[in-house]
Amino acid sequence: MATGFFTDATLCIGCKACEVACKQWNELPSDGFEFTGNSYDNTSQLSGTTWRHVDFVERESFDESGLKTSWSMVSDVCKHCTNAGCLEACPTGAIVRNEFGSVFVQPDICNGCGYCVVSCPFGVIDLIEAVGRGDDAKKYGLATLHDDRLNDRKTAVQATGGVAGKCSLCFDRQRVGMVPACAKACPTESIQFGEIEELHERAKRRVETLQERGVEARLYGADDIGGGIGALNAFFLLTESPEAYNLPVEPVLPSTRQTMGYAAAAAAALTLATIGWAIFRGDA
Amino acid sequence: MPGLGTSFGRGGATVWLPDLENADCILIQGSNFAEAHPVAFRFVMKAKERGAVIVHVDPRFTRTSAVADLYAPIRSGTDIAFLGGIINYVLQNERYFREYVAAYTNAASIVTEDFVDTEDLDGMFSGWNDETKSYDTSSWSFERNDDGTLRRDETLEHPRCVLNVLRRHFARYTPEMVERVCGTPQKEFLKIAELLARNSGRDRTTAFAYAVGWTQHTTGVQFVRTAAILQLLLGNIGRPGGGIMALRGHADIQGATDVPTLYDLLPGYLPMPSALRDEGNLDRYVAQNTKATGWWANTPKYVVSLLKAFYGDAATAENDFCYGYLPQLVGDHSVLPTTFAMKDGTVKGYFVIGQNPGASGQNAELVSSAMERLDWLVNIDFFDNETVSFWRREGADPTKIGTEVFFLPGATVLEKDGTMTQTSRVLQWHDKAIEPIGDSKSDLWYFYDLGKRLKALYADSQDPKDRPILDLAWEYDHEDERERAAGEPSALRVLRELNGFTVADGKQVAGFADLAADGSTACGCWIYSGVCPDDTTNHARGRIADARSSPGWGWAWPANRRTLYNRASADPAGNPWSERKKYLWWDAQKREWTGYDVPDFPKGKDPATPARPGASGIDAHSGADPFIMNLDGRGQLFVAGALADAPMPAHYEPLQSVIENPLYAQQSNPLLHEWKRDDNRYNRSVDPDYPYVLTTYRITEMSGIMTRYIPWLAELQPEAFCEIDPELAVEKGIANGSYVTISTALGEMEARALVSGRMQPLRIGKGQRVHQIGIPYNYGRMVGFARGDSPGDLIALSMDPNVSIHEAKSLTCSIRPGRRAARSAGSIEAPVPTAQQRAYGAGSAHGIDAGERR
Amino acid sequence: MAKTTIDITGLASARGTRSSLGERIGELPNVASQRTQQLRARIDGAKAVTSVCPYCAVGCSTLAYVDDSGKLLDVEGNPDSPINAGHLCPKGSAIFGMTVNDRRWTTVRYRAPFATEWEEKPLAWALERIAARVKETRDATFVRERDGKRVNHTLGIASLGGATFGIEENYLLGKLMHSLGVVAIENQARI
Repeated sequence: MATGFFTDATLCIGCKACEVACKQWNELPSDGFEFTGNSYDNTSQLSGTTWRHVDFVERESFDESGLKTSWSMVSDVCKHCTNAGCLEACPTGAIVRNEFGSVFVQPDICNGCGYCVVSCPFGVIDLIEAVGRGDDAKKYGLATLHDDRLNDRKTAVQATGGVAGKCSLCFDRQRVGMVPACAKACPTESIQFGEIEELHERAKRRVETLQERGVEARLYGADDIGGGIGALNAFFLLTESPEAYNLPVEPVLPSTRQTMGYAAAAAAALTLATIGWAIFRGDA
Repeated sequence: MPGLGTSFGRGGATVWLPDLENADCILIQGSNFAEAHPVAFRFVMKAKERGAVIVHVDPRFTRTSAVADLYAPIRSGTDIAFLGGIINYVLQNERYFREYVAAYTNAASIVTEDFVDTEDLDGMFSGWNDETKSYDTSSWSFERNDDGTLRRDETLEHPRCVLNVLRRHFARYTPEMVERVCGTPQKEFLKIAELLARNSGRDRTTAFAYAVGWTQHTTGVQFVRTAAILQLLLGNIGRPGGGIMALRGHADIQGATDVPTLYDLLPGYLPMPSALRDEGNLDRYVAQNTKATGWWANTPKYVVSLLKAFYGDAATAENDFCYGYLPQLVGDHSVLPTTFAMKDGTVKGYFVIGQNPGASGQNAELVSSAMERLDWLVNIDFFDNETVSFWRREGADPTKIGTEVFFLPGATVLEKDGTMTQTSRVLQWHDKAIEPIGDSKSDLWYFYDLGKRLKALYADSQDPKDRPILDLAWEYDHEDERERAAGEPSALRVLRELNGFTVADGKQVAGFADLAADGSTACGCWIYSGVCPDDTTNHARGRIADARSSPGWGWAWPANRRTLYNRASADPAGNPWSERKKYLWWDAQKREWTGYDVPDFPKGKDPATPARPGASGIDAHSGADPFIMNLDGRGQLFVAGALADAPMPAHYEPLQSVIENPLYAQQSNPLLHEWKRDDNRYNRSVDPDYPYVLTTYRITEMSGIMTRYIPWLAELQPEAFCEIDPELAVEKGIANGSYVTISTALGEMEARALVSGRMQPLRIGKGQRVHQIGIPYNYGRMVGFARGDSPGDLIALSMDPNVSIHEAKSLTCSIRPGRRAARSAGSIEAPVPTAQQRAYGAGSAHGIDAGERR
Repeated sequence: MAKTTIDITGLASARGTRSSLGERIGELPNVASQRTQQLRARIDGAKAVTSVCPYCAVGCSTLAYVDDSGKLLDVEGNPDSPINAGHLCPKGSAIFGMTVNDRRWTTVRYRAPFATEWEEKPLAWALERIAARVKETRDATFVRERDGKRVNHTLGIASLGGATFGIEENYLLGKLMHSLGVVAIENQARI
């Protein structure tokens, strides 16, 4: 059965429990301690070691009743695409589709070539720097883990370093029937986990309810999103346009682009040939 | 929490958290609910999904405002004006719940002729004594009938009946006035007033939620009082989806109030004996603290049982049950006066356990410099912190600091078992999951060990002063042999002592009804009696939940009641006010109260039972008096004498304000306490040098020292910041993300600027534009992955007159671009303008003597 | 160890967007490593101990998972709780990191008067010294009477903190301090 996430922006309170629960479960280090000045967002984006990330969108507008402030939040995550660019690009077979329909990086296979990084239409997957002990550990806050844990049961990240990292949809938890860490933690159930078909039903009902209340709600990625990607196993309910949350409006699968590229090249060649022929004719 | 206590009878939230889901409207004010209590906020979101209206009133547009249906801005510190405005709206438009108000509140009681209101004294009440700077509150009282009962006018027409006294008192709190004081646009204010009125009554209920945004003020108690009056008028107390949710901060802050580590209380809200009240012997103490009617008629049972728990066999009727062992208060020994006493050399030794006043305290430099005067400091914590390392803080010279400092490694919640009491008064036991890491020990272990060591050190003493230690009942060895060998005390044994037992056979008592005043029972905390009612049961460990009040999940004091005063959820005759708001009702067949909760009322007391003048305790009350702790069994709209500063709230400006009080000539609380000293300098009120309102708060991702070393949290909010509005940023040339320095007369701090339209200037008074600056109170500059300056460097100590709470939510400041200068530990003692200087005697009995009443 | 193909359950092809494996450029067969095949949640079968979140007063119930050697594996929300139903906020989600944290001080640190550095000390040494200092200060500052009234107290010792630890601990602290004559006992609560 395919499983996935339905993340509902209208229920998100921006608490970032998802980010922390994910890091705790997956034993991921921090990405450093940088104040960005970008609303309450200091982790900035998904990365090899940040597998959930909450976007904050602040807006001010004026209407007849005066200034209106809005602040919307939504938790971003790997989309687990039907046709996944990372999986297609992976030359080592490290990235696989598992029995839950999720896209999974096998850290013990991955050699860190990075082909997947440029192939993700959403900019999700990233390489994890080799992080170990000493200064690196301090920098990344791996200090949290006791030394004996590092020795005993190294996480994929610590064991291999330099691999690609992204959300696994808590593959290990799903294997034993557990809900992914982020969905479990989310206090307002903005992140919902379940079987895709069931989540689709829920999402459609939710959109109807919200529209009845006059809320402009739309789904992102529940249906085929185009660009050859297909539907997303992690899809979203948004109240702003996708760009506001750094989600591409028209994502494209690189291999599709490649096909399109061949077609375009062929078309261009034909055009040139035609022009050439015309010139040739003219000259004649 | 006397704001709630004096109004309803008990100083605790009236609401079981999950019941918020049943509200039709929720007013969140004085709380950033979604950020500070995110998981409880799910019930607000559920209520919203069910169609409830969520209203947030706050100086800042926060993550709570973001999901509220309605947000209204307010100038920090003006909530009495705002809520007073709603009270006025409700009274003027006759929108109160008349049957509820008439039956369940003291609206019909007649206030004495001697009482003079703020209306006639320009912001003061009758009884002011300019010499003692305090009120004689005897005129704040009610007329009585010949039989001693309260005189009432059930028609609510008497000009001096409480309802009409209230009406007159709040008449000047008009929507125009609200806008002038609070800066809240009238339109928004009226929308909210109407929403609350519309969502209250027989068929609908509104809940209020507040937190320290309402309490950390020099008028803090009166903020809560105003909310209590409004909720009584709207008929929302004791009913499903109603009530006042006091959202408390720390995990066991309710427990630490119930079983208090507070200077003025003994367990179960018994007052600490005070020489000021001549409570030198047990008879005097009992006479002072026992009430003829209402629940507090039982005081003797509770205090004698407590003394038996403290001193065991040594406590006998002949020796007043060792009452004389208890120390007596001679003043205000709360933390702020104690800090001054420390600075002035009175305090020599200091235990600081799981608290970090060196960063999170107000006037943190005062705290640190005071600790330099100590002989010794003992700190129990998990991490290095600004308090224990005060001697190596920026600018300090350790070679000149003689304090001997001990850091003892504490065990975390996972490394010990025990109980914490959460914000709805529910006790939850936690099991030990792992052994403490390294040398870490539980606090219980340390306290038990210290007690044993002191008993040994004093073993040979004949000095009467040492008897309390020698006679202290101190047997808590663990039941488990292995734990016992490690010196581990048993938390369960302590909990069982808190529940109480019969002295003769050591059997647990079933509840506080079994406690006696003759020394035959011992009980460490009477309100917790019932948590371990027999030899095998620990209700705090109960883990059976249901969809309503979950009586099988943990255990709530008192007697496992979840919604307090729930008798009020039925009408005087005992029927639900409406089917929709059914909660507790009288079952005429079985002749008992039944419903979704344990009745907060005698289970078999017929609603038709008449009041019995002259009877003692709650027998004096009728079957329709829901507020059983109170003398008259009713909710108090007008509080007679119990609070020092007002029987009905009046808006006063914060001690340091940007405006003259638009409501009265009286500028700020006449009883607020301040310390005008070189090391505690205030901004003058309405000072052009400090034109901005400063407010403080905490953020979701951080608490304090318990989070700053956790990388997963530190990366989310890595550095101290302040929030300012774009208009002010432009005016001051402050770029988003850049460093700014915020300053007060006391000191300065730096932070990164977060410029956001969520902060908006307000228009107050006669058109004055006011900017508010917000600073999180989570950081400290010395330790942690997340660090930065604390607003503790900006806030001079001041104190409210009822509970000695500090003012940390509404202050004034100035701001400039750029970083602060390097600190020197002595800088705070730099000369101040002579006008503010005043000499105080050092080494006085206690800190309170070093200050003054205004 | 032989590599096996993970059952992909035909999901993608059922949607008609993918034809067959290996058809696209760069795509290799979906092969699971031994690690992947054996992947299981580390708390599967581990002992779950019921605890409570130590941060705010909402009182979220937690489950602490512990392996056979007594090592902490994970801390999560307890789904049975009527308060949090398994959910936790970011702080609650980080409880593990508060307990298992190499920045934590798990030994006694001692700073002698006028010293510029901490030193590590044995626990027993510190406890003995603290008890002696408490007695010394108490004996020097104990007051029996003030203004003719019995007070039996010392203003020379104060205690701060309580809201972050349990009711049993508050009780013992209060009981001991009161019996020593200490009155300046305070915690984070003031209202």
